Amino acid sequence: MDQMKRELIASLCSIVGEEWVLTTPEDLICYGYDASYLQDRPGVVVLPKSAREISEILKLSNSERIPVVVRGTGTGMSGGSIPNEASMVLSVTRMNRVKEIDLVNLVAVVEPGVITADLQAEVEKLGLFYPPDPASLKQSTLGGNVAEGAGGPRCLKYGTTKDYVLGLEVVLPTGEIIRTGGKLMKDVTGYNLTQLFVGSEGTLGVITEIILRLIPKPQAKRTAMAVFPRLEDATQTVTNLLGAGILPSTIEIMDNTTIRVVEEYLKMGLPVEAGAILIIEVDGREESIIPEIEEVGLVCQRSGASEVQVATTAEGCEALWKARRAVSPALGRLAPAKQGEDISVPRSAIPEMVRRIGEISRKYDLVIPVFGHAGDGNLHPNLLFDTRDHEMMERVHKAASEIFTAAIELGGTLSGEHGIGLVKQPYIARRLSPPVLGLMQRIKTTFDPNNLLNPGKMLYPEQP
Amino acid sequence: MRMAERDGHKAFAPKRAPSYDDVLNCIRCGLCLSVCPTYRETGTETNSPRGRVAMIRAAAEGKLELSRNFVDHMYRCLNCGACAAVCPSGVEAHEIVIDARVEIDNKLPQPAIKKWVFEGLLPSPARLEAAAWPLRLFQRSGLQWLAERTGLLNMLPYNLGKTAQLPPKLPMSPLRHRLPEVTPARGERRYRVAFFLGCAQSLLFAESSAATVRVLARNGAEVVTPRDSVCCGMPAMAYGDLDTALRLARRNIDIFERIDADVIVTDCATCGESGKQYREWLKHDPVYSEKAEAYSSRFMDISEFLAGIPLDDRLSEVKARVTYHDPCHLVRGQGVSSQPRKLLQMIPGVDFVEMKEANWCCGGAGTYAMTHYETSMKILDRKMANAAETDAEVIASGCPVCQMQLGYGVRRAGLEMQVTHAIALLDRAYRDR
Repeated sequence: MDQMKRELIASLCSIVGEEWVLTTPEDLICYGYDASYLQDRPGVVVLPKSAREISEILKLSNSERIPVVVRGTGTGMSGGSIPNEASMVLSVTRMNRVKEIDLVNLVAVVEPGVITADLQAEVEKLGLFYPPDPASLKQSTLGGNVAEGAGGPRCLKYGTTKDYVLGLEVVLPTGEIIRTGGKLMKDVTGYNLTQLFVGSEGTLGVITEIILRLIPKPQAKRTAMAVFPRLEDATQTVTNLLGAGILPSTIEIMDNTTIRVVEEYLKMGLPVEAGAILIIEVDGREESIIPEIEEVGLVCQRSGASEVQVATTAEGCEALWKARRAVSPALGRLAPAKQGEDISVPRSAIPEMVRRIGEISRKYDLVIPVFGHAGDGNLHPNLLFDTRDHEMMERVHKAASEIFTAAIELGGTLSGEHGIGLVKQPYIARRLSPPVLGLMQRIKTTFDPNNLLNPGKMLYPEQP
Repeated sequence: MRMAERDGHKAFAPKRAPSYDDVLNCIRCGLCLSVCPTYRETGTETNSPRGRVAMIRAAAEGKLELSRNFVDHMYRCLNCGACAAVCPSGVEAHEIVIDARVEIDNKLPQPAIKKWVFEGLLPSPARLEAAAWPLRLFQRSGLQWLAERTGLLNMLPYNLGKTAQLPPKLPMSPLRHRLPEVTPARGERRYRVAFFLGCAQSLLFAESSAATVRVLARNGAEVVTPRDSVCCGMPAMAYGDLDTALRLARRNIDIFERIDADVIVTDCATCGESGKQYREWLKHDPVYSEKAEAYSSRFMDISEFLAGIPLDDRLSEVKARVTYHDPCHLVRGQGVSSQPRKLLQMIPGVDFVEMKEANWCCGGAGTYAMTHYETSMKILDRKMANAAETDAEVIASGCPVCQMQLGYGVRRAGLEMQVTHAIALLDRAYRDR
C-alpha cells in the first residue's frame, strides 16, 4: 500500500511538478473540509495548471483505480468536495485566468479557479455584468459555481449560474478532453451536455474552461429594507409585490434570529426587534427605478411593514448586501456547528413553508433561523448544533428530515443551489423516483465507468 | 495541543490558550481567503487562516503532532489580522495562531538565539543597543557599499545577503540617549504626555521620534520620556514567548505608573497595539490586572492624540503628492486609520491620494521579511505596485517595520519615493514657522 502510494506520488510529481503535490498531514487536513460541518482527509492533494495535466491525472486515476475529488476553494455547503483517505483531491485553484472578455459576443472565457467576484469586477469595469451572486462570491470559484449550479439573490430576475453557461471544456473521467457548446446563444445540435455538467457536483468530469454569457450592466439600482413586525406579513409581501407587476432583481428575507446575529457582527443599526426584514433591490434605468422603488415601499407598507428605508448611495446598498451575505457565516457565532439547509419551494408556498419550519423548530426545541431568497422560493433554514451533544444531534436529524418532507409536500425540492453532496444524499430518494434515479445512475456509469470521480456523492450511498 | 475547554475536562488551564469553542466557531466559509496576503500569494489552503485554524483544531484533537511542519505553518502567518476583520463568525485566526506559538514555545525545545534575543536583549535597552553596533559598523565603515558592489552579500547563506540590506541607515546613537527626560511644552502647557519610545524607533528611526516629540511640544504638551522603558513585548509574544512578553509588560506598567501624565503616547504602531492589549494579556494576573487596565486605557497612538486636540495651524507648505499605508497594528490592531489621514491632509501643499488596498499588509510583519524573504517580497511587490499607481512622491505610514519594508520596496522597485512617518511630515511643516 505504501509502496503503491509512493509510486502514485512520484507519477503525480512527474505530471504537475513536485511543488504541486501535497502530502504532509498538515496539507491533507487543509484539503479535507468545505463549508459544511463535514471533514475527512485525502490521501494526497494535487494542484494542476492545465487541462492536459488534468487529463494525465485522470488517466492515472483510472489505471490505478484511485478516486478523485475535485475542489475549488472549498466553499460548498453540502460536503460535495469532502475526500477520504483512499482518494486524491484535485484542486483547480491555480487555474485562475480570465482568458478572454469578448466585447462583441458578450462572453467571458475563464478557467475554473477564477474567483466569482474577481470576474464580476473585471467585466463591470467594461460596463458588463455577470449576475449570479452566491453569498460566497468573494471566495468561491466559477468552476465550483458551475459544478454546484450555484444561485444567489439575483436569481429572481436574472436566473442562476446555469443560465449563463454557454460552453465548457471538460476532462472526462477517462481522460479525454471534450468541448461542449460555444460562444453561441443558440445551439441545439445533439443533447445539451453543457447543462448536464452544470450541477453535476464533480461526478461527471473536471471542468477546465467555461464560456459565460454576459449582459450589459444595469445603469442604476436602488435597495430598500422593509421592516415587518410579523414574519408572516413579510412572506406574504413577496406574492403581493410580484402580483403588483413589479419584478425586483432580488427579494431577500431575514428572520428575527438572523437579524440579531448579523447586527452583533456588523453593528449597523438593524432593527433587532423586527419579526423579519425584506431586502428588495430594483435595477434598470435611473428614470424607471425611482417610481418602481417607491411602489415597492407602498406595497410593503400595505402588507404590514412598519418602516421602509431606501438606500440611495452605493455605500448604503453595499452595506445592506454585506449584511445579507454575512448571515450564513455569522450564524457560526450561535453554535459550534451548523448545517445550512437549502430547500426550494414554489413561491406561492413560502408563507406555508416558513410556518412549518416554525412548528418543527418548536417541536424539536431547536433554534432554526430562516433567511434566504424569498423572491424565488429558495430558503435557508439553518440547523444550529454541537456535534458533541448526541441527544441534540438526534433532534437535529429528525428536524432536518421533517423540513425536507415539508418542502417536498409543498411541491418543492431538497436543494435549490447548494447541491446534494453528502449532506442531503440520504434524502435523495424522497425527491427522485426510482426510474429517475436509475436513469441518473446509468448516466454516471456512461461517463465514469469505474466510478472514480467523486464517488459516493449525490447518487451513490455505496459503490455500485 | 492543549486548550482550555468550557467544560474543563481537559483539566489544564494555560495562561493563554484559545478556547476550543473559539476554534469550533470557524465554520470554514472561506471568506478569509479573499483577504489573506499569504493565501493570495501562494494559493494553497495551508497558507490560509481557515487552514491554520483547521490545523490547530486537529492538533487540539490529537490528530496532528506539533511537528516541524506544523511549527513552520504557524510561523508563515503575518499576524496582520485581515482575516479576523472580515470573519463573520468572530474567529480571530491570527490570535489563535499566536496561542499555538505559545504552546509550541512551551512544548518544544527552542533555538538558543531565541532565548538570547527575548530573554537577553529585549528586557535591556542597553544590551539591545549594543547588539545594533555590528550593523551600524557594517553600514558606516563602507563595508556595505563594498559588499553590495562586489556581490559579497550574495555569498551569504539563506537570504542573509538580501536581508542585510533591509534596515535603513542607522543613526549614530539611539534616540534614548539624546532625548531629555522632560521636554517642555512650547508656550502654555496644556497637557502632560508620557512618551513611550519604542526600540525600533529609537534605534532605527531616531529622527522620526525626535520629530514626534517636537510636534507634541509645539502643541502644548510637556513630554516625559522615561529612559528605562523596555521593549513593549510584542516581538516576544509573536514568537510565543509568553513569559517574556508578560514580564516586559509588567516592567513598563511599573515605570509608567510613576509618571503623572494624561496619556501615554507612542509613534510606533506595534508598541501602541501591545500597550492597548496589556489589559488582555494580564487580565488574570492578580497583582497587575487593574494596573494593566489603567495603563491600556491611557495608551494612544500619536495620530489619535493629535487628531483629538486643537492643533497649532501655523504650518508652512510641504509641496508633495502623498499617499498613506495603513500599518496592520494601527488599522486593525487599534482601529486607527482616519486620524493620520486627517493630519496629512491638514498640511498645506499636500496633495493626498489614496492607494488601492492601503490597509493590505506590506509583508514586513516584524521579522517576516528576514524569516520568509520570498513570500514577504511577493507581498511587498503588490504593495509597491499599488503605491506606484498613485504617482505619490511620499508614502507616509506609522510603523517602523512598515517604513523599513516600504523603504526597501522603493529601492527594490527603483521608485522615486520617500518613505516617512506621517508625523515627521507634519513636523516638517512646523519647522519654518
